[in-house]
Amino acid sequence: MQDFLSSLVMVAFHGLAYGMILYLISVGLSVTMGLMGFVNLAHGVFAMAGGYMMLSAMSRLDVPFPLAIVIAFCAVALASMVLERFLYSRLYSAGELEQVLFTIGLIFMSVAVARLVYGPLPQPVHIPGYLKGQLHFLGRDFPTYRVFLIVFSVSLVALLWFGVERTRWGAMVRATVDYRAMAQSVGINTSRLFTLTFALGSGLAALGGALGAEIIAVEPTYPFEHLVFFLIVVAVGGLGSLRGPFVAALLIGVADTACKYWIPEFGAFFIYIATIAVLLLRPEGLFGKAT
Amino acid sequence: MTHAGGYIADARIRAAEWLPWVFAALCYFAAPSYLTLGSYILTMIIFALSLDLILGYGGIITLGHSAYFGTGAYVAGILALRLTGEPLLGLLAGTLGAGLLGLFTGLVILRTRGLALLMLTLAITSLCYEVANRATRLTGGADGLGGFSIRPILGLFSFDMFGKTAYLYCLVILFASWWLVRRLVYSPFGASLTGVRENNVRMHAIGAPVYQRRVVAYTISAALAGLAGALLTQTTQFVGLNVLGFELSGELIVMLVLGGVGRIYGAFVGPLVYLVAQDYLAKRFPEYWYFGIGAMLVLVVMFARGGILGIIDAGIARLRRGS
Amino acid sequence: MPAALETRRLCKSFGALMVADQISFRLESGARHALIGPNGAGKTTFVNMLTGRFSPTSGAILLGGEDVTALGQLARVKRGLARTFQINTLFRNVSVVDNVAFAVAEREGVARRMFRPAGSYHAVVDESMALLDTLGLAQDARAVVAGLPYGKQRLVEIAVALGLRPRVLLLDEPAAGVPTSESHRILDVLDALPKDMSILIIEHDMDLVFRFAQRITVLAQGAVFLEGTPAEIAADKRVREVYLGERHV
Repeated sequence: MQDFLSSLVMVAFHGLAYGMILYLISVGLSVTMGLMGFVNLAHGVFAMAGGYMMLSAMSRLDVPFPLAIVIAFCAVALASMVLERFLYSRLYSAGELEQVLFTIGLIFMSVAVARLVYGPLPQPVHIPGYLKGQLHFLGRDFPTYRVFLIVFSVSLVALLWFGVERTRWGAMVRATVDYRAMAQSVGINTSRLFTLTFALGSGLAALGGALGAEIIAVEPTYPFEHLVFFLIVVAVGGLGSLRGPFVAALLIGVADTACKYWIPEFGAFFIYIATIAVLLLRPEGLFGKAT
Repeated sequence: MTHAGGYIADARIRAAEWLPWVFAALCYFAAPSYLTLGSYILTMIIFALSLDLILGYGGIITLGHSAYFGTGAYVAGILALRLTGEPLLGLLAGTLGAGLLGLFTGLVILRTRGLALLMLTLAITSLCYEVANRATRLTGGADGLGGFSIRPILGLFSFDMFGKTAYLYCLVILFASWWLVRRLVYSPFGASLTGVRENNVRMHAIGAPVYQRRVVAYTISAALAGLAGALLTQTTQFVGLNVLGFELSGELIVMLVLGGVGRIYGAFVGPLVYLVAQDYLAKRFPEYWYFGIGAMLVLVVMFARGGILGIIDAGIARLRRGS
Repeated sequence: MPAALETRRLCKSFGALMVADQISFRLESGARHALIGPNGAGKTTFVNMLTGRFSPTSGAILLGGEDVTALGQLARVKRGLARTFQINTLFRNVSVVDNVAFAVAEREGVARRMFRPAGSYHAVVDESMALLDTLGLAQDARAVVAGLPYGKQRLVEIAVALGLRPRVLLLDEPAAGVPTSESHRILDVLDALPKDMSILIIEHDMDLVFRFAQRITVLAQGAVFLEGTPAEIAADKRVREVYLGERHV
């Protein structure tokens, strides 16, 4: 019994850490898909880029950990802005197929570049000394880094939600998700709004990829391999919603950890079946707006 | 050269449409050492045709078409290992197995659209992959399924080590598939698929059972994919997990888009160009190969939505206007 | 004799928003009936309920005396109800004749056939061509819809509906977007429709309404405001205030 309780706590803890990373990565995808109606399969590329950015800044340039994270966020956000302006924006009015093809193309290119620059193997992760080791509380040991991960992500998410609820930018995003035509007609500069939101979403994905490098290994196949999970978070959570993907990411994080811990022989069965069930019952996702 | 179908289209087979077959026959004599690659290309053309039917003509975007290809491959493999190595029976079983899966999954997932549909196709493939990965006793799991032999076709033509029989076998099956797909595209059913793709709201308003049409098209396409999968199993005498992978679905889309979507022969040109180029480049320069594929997709989407055949069409049109 | 189309206390609300409020309405057999009302009066919602695109919150819809409230769009089309759309809803990248032929083929039950080429169904092709001819579109039959001027596309919109040989035809602003100089062509086409076809037209072009309709229903804020002959409607002061305003004194 004691054993079971202790494994329950560990599953919940690690599931939470994984879920938070999934959320950080996917929330931008949810917002951009809801906002711009763009099927961006290449979103994982930004997460991967963030991971590479941070790890190589730390290992090759000896940049301290906090600064490396800031660099990852800024660099990816900026790069995504350029991509959005020159490529993505041309396809907003195109069909789903074009968007899917274009973003698959981006994935292929990024996988190739990653392999050329960093080689095919996963990047080693260096956790700074002050985040190594275990924290002791509730009568148990928890890895310090993951505790930091959870605390940091939760504060980030709180900041993001606050931003969306309380700032002018957030109000514009919400209005545009709900009533695109109206938002345009009341003079919201949707094109600038799209660029900024896209950059923020990509930056968050980069943060997720960088912070989560210890959980989701940074390797060239990253954008393909984890695409299904990012998409599941968004589709199950509901497009354009902030809370939906949060719930979905935590559910998936915990469920996946639990499956791996207790019933490894079933792999990701449970998650796929649950995804199929949710999408059949609510095609718009758990928190999406019905159309 | 687009094959759009419809009520005023001329459905007769044009002279140029015999070219692929002449070319395929020439290859048999001219490139005997490439027949294995040739068989693979012919198989992938069937697979690409099946995708073209739902994606190009039906407008159903799927990232999971390998589920049906893989099902056909495994059904044919398991049948050969456990029951009989009779090839035509194997093809039939693979086709039916995949068709049934297509029918059941189609009935369920085609109620949705957009992202949900895309996700469902992806989730179903992932699920099939997991099943095949775990059901090691039946499928061999990650080691793959082998150790079966295929009996001579019709009891007459046995598979040889040079792949001659396999090549001709694939060619005959492709010819039959092409003929069927072509009939379908030009039929009223094909026209109504175009209608569904072009304007769903209008299709409902003229009293078309849209959902039913999509399910039927999806089932046929899945069955055809299963046929291709079974063919691959028989010609290679092996089934690996990758037949169910998302990568294969992705590659297939790339091939079809490269050739040209919704025009029958795009499904011929795409796999041919892609696989030949892959054979030359992929092993020598894998990174550049993937980069090239990615760049090609981006360029096609931005500038040449008709693929290679679209570019050729535009070229011909320009020449005609010029002269 | 039952009405060609009838609604009984039809209601529809989206959340707290009431867009149809107890609409009871009769379209007599062979009638030329117009539905008018200011923007946002709920006209298009009403049409969408009639065709089965939206289901009403309460109330009943009867087609030729039969209660079709629970039936889907498909079943209503099969029972002879066709519509046109306010905004062109056509197969844009397909030829004009195919647009019509798709409808004819559905009506004839040909569209699900898989083996013979579509072009070999001569009855479908000939009927579609003949229909286009009566609308003056014979010359454009082989052209792709997207390349036609807007006015002609509006005619194709009507042609597709006629391809279903409807008993009841709902025209949702057939002249919307058409320059006044060309709207007479639309009217000519409407005038030439078979007398036994029951037609409900929604239109903003008051000239067209008053020349075409025998009866007019005025809808305001989701409810029937008034119904009568064109003369009665034109004479009613309240209608002028509510709707016609200064446009039609």
